[in-house]
Amino acid sequence: MTGTIFDIKKYAIHDGPGIRTTVFLKGCPMDCWWCHNPEGGDGDAGGLSEKARTVSVSEVIQEIDKDRIFYDQSGGGVTFSGGEPLAQPEFLKALLEACHYRGLHTTVDTCGYAPTEDFERICELTGLFLYDIKLMDNDQHKKYTGVPNDLVLKNLRWLVNRGAQVQLRIPLIPDITDTEDNLSAIYSFLEDLPDLRGISLLPYNQFGADKRARFGLGDRLGKLPSLTKADVETVVNRFTPLGYEVKVGG
Amino acid sequence: MNDRIKKLRDQSLAARPVISMERAKLLTDFYQTGQAERLSAPVARAMSFKYLMEHKELCVNNGELIVGERGPAPKATPTYPEICTHTMKDFDILNSREKVAFAVSEETRNLQRDVIAPFWSGRSIRDRIFKKVDSAWIDAYEAGIFTEFMEQRAPGHTVLDDKIYGKGFLDFTKEIEKSKAGLDFYKDPEALAKREELEAMSIAADALMLYASRYAEKLERLAKAEPNTARKKELEKMAGICHRVPAHAPGSFWEALQYYWFVHLGVITELNTWDSFNPGRLDRHLLPFYSRDLESGVLTGETARELLQSFWIKFNNQPAPPKVGVTAQESNTYTDFCLINLGGVTESGDSAANELTFLILDVIEEMRLLQPSSMVQVSKKSPDRLLDRALEIIRTGYGQPSLFNTDSIVQEMVRQGKTVKDARNGGASGCVETGAFGKESYILTGYFNLTKVLEITLNNGLDPATGKEIGVRSGDPAGFASFDELMEAFQKQLGHFIDIKIKGNIVIERLWAEHLPAPFMSILIDDCISTGRDYNNGGARYNTSYVQGVGLGSITDSLAAVKYHVFDKKNMTIPQLLDNLKTNFEGADDLRKTLLDKTPKYGNDDSYPDEIMTQVFELFFKAVDGRPNTKGGHFRINLLPTTSHVYFGSVIGATPDGRKRGEPLSEGVSPVQGADRHGPTAVLKSASKIDHIRTGGTLLNQKFTPHVLETKDGLEKLRHLIRAYFTMDGHHIQFNVVTADTLRKAQKNPEKYRDLIVRVAGYSDYFVDLGEDLQNEIIKRTEHGLN
Repeated sequence: MTGTIFDIKKYAIHDGPGIRTTVFLKGCPMDCWWCHNPEGGDGDAGGLSEKARTVSVSEVIQEIDKDRIFYDQSGGGVTFSGGEPLAQPEFLKALLEACHYRGLHTTVDTCGYAPTEDFERICELTGLFLYDIKLMDNDQHKKYTGVPNDLVLKNLRWLVNRGAQVQLRIPLIPDITDTEDNLSAIYSFLEDLPDLRGISLLPYNQFGADKRARFGLGDRLGKLPSLTKADVETVVNRFTPLGYEVKVGG
Repeated sequence: MNDRIKKLRDQSLAARPVISMERAKLLTDFYQTGQAERLSAPVARAMSFKYLMEHKELCVNNGELIVGERGPAPKATPTYPEICTHTMKDFDILNSREKVAFAVSEETRNLQRDVIAPFWSGRSIRDRIFKKVDSAWIDAYEAGIFTEFMEQRAPGHTVLDDKIYGKGFLDFTKEIEKSKAGLDFYKDPEALAKREELEAMSIAADALMLYASRYAEKLERLAKAEPNTARKKELEKMAGICHRVPAHAPGSFWEALQYYWFVHLGVITELNTWDSFNPGRLDRHLLPFYSRDLESGVLTGETARELLQSFWIKFNNQPAPPKVGVTAQESNTYTDFCLINLGGVTESGDSAANELTFLILDVIEEMRLLQPSSMVQVSKKSPDRLLDRALEIIRTGYGQPSLFNTDSIVQEMVRQGKTVKDARNGGASGCVETGAFGKESYILTGYFNLTKVLEITLNNGLDPATGKEIGVRSGDPAGFASFDELMEAFQKQLGHFIDIKIKGNIVIERLWAEHLPAPFMSILIDDCISTGRDYNNGGARYNTSYVQGVGLGSITDSLAAVKYHVFDKKNMTIPQLLDNLKTNFEGADDLRKTLLDKTPKYGNDDSYPDEIMTQVFELFFKAVDGRPNTKGGHFRINLLPTTSHVYFGSVIGATPDGRKRGEPLSEGVSPVQGADRHGPTAVLKSASKIDHIRTGGTLLNQKFTPHVLETKDGLEKLRHLIRAYFTMDGHHIQFNVVTADTLRKAQKNPEKYRDLIVRVAGYSDYFVDLGEDLQNEIIKRTEHGLN
């Protein structure tokens, strides 16, 4: 079994518990304006696919295995990210299975836009889902990510109800996702999912824009006001009193 | 910190290092009387030491609580003409050099020219060494194959254990007398030599007590004249302390610190032990005094802190004595390498961290001084809190404390044949060197330029820098049919140069034993008193001589490049490669790019280069380890550079790893600067493939951006990273938490970054005090950022 990845990053300390190795799988059904991993997408303009390479499951596992001592020490493991790892469902499943048999903790970092059956197939093999929620308004979601959000919300509900460990991730993009309407809509949605307790806020940074510029991609976002610590704190304070465990970054 | 400490600290920071001729003058006065010629060497040395302690100027700085300086004032730094007699040119260089300068007055120059140099020239140990080593040694030394520690500095490198906290010098004197009484002139042919040595120790013990009582009297005089009643009381108290210690065992926290300080001054006045001498496991030694005094009410947490801070300032007042020539290049710093050990384990193997450990860590953080250096020994039994507290200080970007693996240190010593008890009571000193505190003479004999040996191998015994044939003819590499043949040739050259180094060391050891014994130091290190032998002559319980390998990353990457491109891919030939090295890759950018970017490199957890690294390690180990020295001990290896990786790089042409002529080599066991591209875990994995347990210390520096360590989570993950490295037997790790950007700014505007301290190798230094090449080398080190 082979698949396409564009990077393997060690000492990943923001992609789940402990010290991790993050494997970035190529391909993504979304096209978010603020994407900071444009090389994870399907396009290859401007050298986006230069780092993409076809690898076998065993090659990936061999690389992952090298840092086992750090996972053991820190309660870490492997994170599959992208792109969207479920854009290569068979490959992802094979990787998760291989990790499962080696006793490695696994995390899948997903945008949620994949057939529910694919989630069903990997659910048991995944220790933790890092699950992105971006926009609750469907039109806005379509505008900024290129796809509707119904499937994203459905899958999230399905996973949580199924008892999967899910950490929600909300990218805070000034004036887009970081709005009163959007955040309260997210909160209302979460009320039906009492088992979901962990939220990570990912404040917007210039990093993605710089990277997109490097690849010669247009900047649809334009100049955004930067988020202050206080801005982020406001969002933290919105969720914390409701019993959520809120982290900033990773 | 309170006003008193702030003033003393500012005074220490502001003091400019100057050459003080006091010691040189007193010593020469003593020897010029001619009495030394009528005495045995140890007794003559002891008498000269006593003369120094009798006549040395006393210094009590305003408001200070612990007294005594090496020179007449803070940072007034003596010379040791009996070791190295400076020339006028040396003094000019010291006075004018941009970095690590010492002011030399006109009077100093005149005295040196008219009195000191004429007397010592030809008699100094340095002169004797260069006369007694053979021409092969001189050739290799001049080519930069190795350096020699003992040509300007004494074979010190030892650390004190707990013996002074339970005994006074009067007790030591009794022990000396007992040992003398037990000499058997009928059966022991060495009995006379031993009697002389013991007699010398006895004189040296008197000398220190005399020095302390001079202070007691001076403090009494000052107290009488002091108008401020609070200070008057303090001075009286200090006088009382100096009356008690070091003659008697200390009875309080304050006395313990003053006692140690007198001992420290004795050691560094007797000889220039470059220095490393320090109290060692300070948190353990002082704990009983701290607890007792707190309980009885004579000490509060605040006064304990103030006394420790005063103690810290005393270290910072003593720059390493001036170094010249190659020694200045290999160790270009004011730091005198006193490395205070904290944490670790007790004699029975339990975690030794205690409340005083944390108080001392507070002091380190608050004082933020270059000296003393500090480190935390982390055992698997150490609490996380200890490591976390150390990391909180490290993340402020100060390069201290450094982190050591107690469990490795203990195993290293046990492998060398030390008892488990002695090993657990030991630690690391200097940069990273393992030792049995209070019981071992562990001498670094010199840095060894592994990469230069490869260069000579690639040139069939010729040094391309001079065209001189200084190696053996190990074969024309153009004719090598396999990588193994290259490794065999390298092994021949390595054996050749290690033989030269060890032969030189044996000569040098004997010269020191014969001409410059150290009777005062001998009182302090077991078992010199009971065996009646000098520290410099095998009196210590353990006697280890190290050869320190440098450039492990550079030689590994160079060999990997040859193997990969010439023998595996066959896209280059040896002559083609050598031609390009000769021209420093001129017009060969593509080839150099291939060597830099398309070649396996050490530091990436890639078995291809890492296996070559272990091959080099094994060859080096085999060439050195276990060979006998002249003191009943053995030669061993360790892997650290101080600043010699810069000097060693300056004598090597371009290398097959794509490094250009003259550029610094890799540092410690760290990868070549910028060659590690897979993050810190990969570096640690690669470095852990070295068998640290068979060394006497390895040095690994990593650079992190401050951002990664801002949060509690980031700090915790760093702790896990370190624990994992130590689980893999890693010996030492230290971090620079500063961005390359900040360093570049500091390079441009040094005046704005006077206080920026960075980790250089096994020590920290002010960034703006480093040479430009070393600054660039640190900037180039890979920075682990955010993933």
